[in-house]
Amino acid sequence: MATSSRPLSPHLQVYRPQLTSVLSITHRASGIFLTLGAAALVWWLAALAAGPEHFLTVQQAAGAWYGRVLLFAWTLAFYYHLGNGIRHLAWDAGKGFAIEQVYRSGYAVLVAALVLTIVTWAAALAGGGA
Amino acid sequence: MRRATPLGNALGLGSARTGLQHWWAQRVTAALLVPLGLWFAYHAVMLASGGYAAAIAWLGSPWNAGLMLVFVLVMLHHAQLGLQVVIEDYVHHPAWELLALLGVRLAALVLAAVASVSIIRIVAGG
Repeated sequence: MATSSRPLSPHLQVYRPQLTSVLSITHRASGIFLTLGAAALVWWLAALAAGPEHFLTVQQAAGAWYGRVLLFAWTLAFYYHLGNGIRHLAWDAGKGFAIEQVYRSGYAVLVAALVLTIVTWAAALAGGGA
Repeated sequence: MRRATPLGNALGLGSARTGLQHWWAQRVTAALLVPLGLWFAYHAVMLASGGYAAAIAWLGSPWNAGLMLVFVLVMLHHAQLGLQVVIEDYVHHPAWELLALLGVRLAALVLAAVASVSIIRIVAGG
């Protein structure tokens, strides 16, 4: 079915962002971003298998500023997607639909994602940080 | 449930066919990725500070290699299922939608193959 050029009612232009909608689209965005991370992980594995010279390229990229930024972003996206994913699985099981629960679990996911990201990076940097 | 007319069937009108299977696979892979992902995150911290030799030694253990392989394959399948939904939501041109869906599947297959070959080569002592 081809797209028609008929006008649509306004949606993004008029709806106020809420925790529910913002966390939902962030879940999708983090998922998409994480697929790039998955590809990077496969690249890391392939470089490991290919030998030390190839692995050096990966190591240098990971240590560069853009590599660090990406890895940090992937860490945050991962913990967010993990936490909100569990929230989704609870909904799939029929639990947590009351609006207070939705908001409470939503804030919990945000806090958990931030805390886990910080703990992970503190541990990684304390361990030497490649 | 068959569609009302043969023409409708040929045009692909009607329901999304195997929607339930996709929905369930997405949830199963998601549930599996909770422990697998946490396991990976824990070890990634350690692998980040080691170098080439440490990573090779770690993946040389069949347990680590096996879990890593399962993690990557389940993650790639989960990612492919998720991207499929995103494409179906936003790409409405039939030809581009099909190309995008096939492209994502192809990418997932290639990445899965590369990851498998790499892990097996490492654990086999390459």
